[in-house]
Amino acid sequence: MTDSVKDKVIAIIAEQAVLEPGDVTPEATLSDLGIDSLGLVESIFAIEEAFDIQVPFNANEPDQSEFDISSVAAIIAAVEGLVAAQKGA
Amino acid sequence: MRRVVITGQGTINALGQDVPATLEAMREGRCGITDLELRDVDRLSIKIGGQVKGYDPEALFNRQQIALYDRFTQFTLIAARQALDGCGLSFAGELAARSGVVLGTAGGGVNTWDENYRTVYEEGKNRVHPFVVPKLMNNAAASHVSMEWNLKGPSFSVATACASSNHAMGLAFQLIRGGAADVMVTGGSEAMLSFGGIKAWEGLRVMSKDACRPFSANRNGMVQGEGAAVFVFEEYEHARKRGAQILAEVVGFAMTSDAADIVMPSKQGAARTIAGALRDAKLNPSDVCYINAHGTGTAANDKVECAAVADAFGHHADNLMISSTKSMHGHLIGGTGAVELLACIMALRDGIIAPTIGYEEPDPECALDVVPNVAREAQVEACLSNAFAFGGFNAVLALRRAP
Repeated sequence: MTDSVKDKVIAIIAEQAVLEPGDVTPEATLSDLGIDSLGLVESIFAIEEAFDIQVPFNANEPDQSEFDISSVAAIIAAVEGLVAAQKGA
Repeated sequence: MRRVVITGQGTINALGQDVPATLEAMREGRCGITDLELRDVDRLSIKIGGQVKGYDPEALFNRQQIALYDRFTQFTLIAARQALDGCGLSFAGELAARSGVVLGTAGGGVNTWDENYRTVYEEGKNRVHPFVVPKLMNNAAASHVSMEWNLKGPSFSVATACASSNHAMGLAFQLIRGGAADVMVTGGSEAMLSFGGIKAWEGLRVMSKDACRPFSANRNGMVQGEGAAVFVFEEYEHARKRGAQILAEVVGFAMTSDAADIVMPSKQGAARTIAGALRDAKLNPSDVCYINAHGTGTAANDKVECAAVADAFGHHADNLMISSTKSMHGHLIGGTGAVELLACIMALRDGIIAPTIGYEEPDPECALDVVPNVAREAQVEACLSNAFAFGGFNAVLALRRAP
């Protein structure tokens, strides 16, 4: 399960950044990968669709969001948490 | 040069169903943002808005009219009737030919789209009402105003997202100043508070779930509103000769494009537009005491707008007042500049500056006098009204006290 969440999130971010999944490293930030605010909102939408979850995120206060977007690894961990909480997995 | 004055005003919005009620609410700093009442609200994550409550279209329009008038057209006609009934003009002959209507709306008949998509997609019906197209088209409101008051001059609708009304009023001003018309009915309307209209905005993740707090450090997004405001713009000599009541003078207008980003605002674009409006109006920065801000309550807009005002006004930025009445009536999208012009006219005529309510924490990036929470008295000779739309289209109007 964990690996598949990680792979799917990386695939979504890679597609948004127009990179190969192998080039998306866990420690990278979205701005390292060239993803801007619209790209972020689109990535979150793709994550919600892929995992059938609700991601709490307000673009006006990204730092106060429960959804940590500080790095690729943080996003993966946050998605794992939401999947566990919302899908009971 | 022909001068342009405002000789009529009308409105319906979340603060009131006419101008006196709206201005009273602005003076008192009352909030018109409430829990939304609409179908399937439980499926929305945003459940608040500046919704017009206690509104009964059947009391105002007959069945045939309601079949043709989307909610945005109804709002327009209500506001137009107040503006035109009070202004003392009747349109016939040459005056009718020299009078037109230009109105802003971003979405047009959003409720009509929404209801009829339900009919064909959700309910699976294969037939819709025959008037769907004339009801939903963006120019429907302007067209019905032209028919109701016999306006036969230049007439059209403008859709530039959140700047629609300011563009419409700016063009009305230019048409009169340039000699193409003597009277223009202008302003704008929006009725986007439907399930689909809110769901679309939710997607961008820029909406607040609790309040619109422009310029406050803890602001967390915009809140949609609905309604209309309509004005009568008239050539000054025409108005003077007939002894019309003059509410204010429109002295300048500027519009620019950022040519940069589809949603992010630009400080340079906004500053360039403000400076252009001052130049067009032949105003010195120090003549301006008040700006009605675009002030959406998003993180991005408010800091960029304050930086643009600081750029355009230099040290005078610290002396002027800038408030966002969206904190009270919400963001009427394509109708917002029109409702906000009411606050500008109140500042010029009554010397009362509408406040920015919901202001809780100073933001160093918005370090201007935003007239927090409480209205203020001030003698205002000239003011600006800002609108900076998605798509990078900017429109700023400059007004002066009635001559």
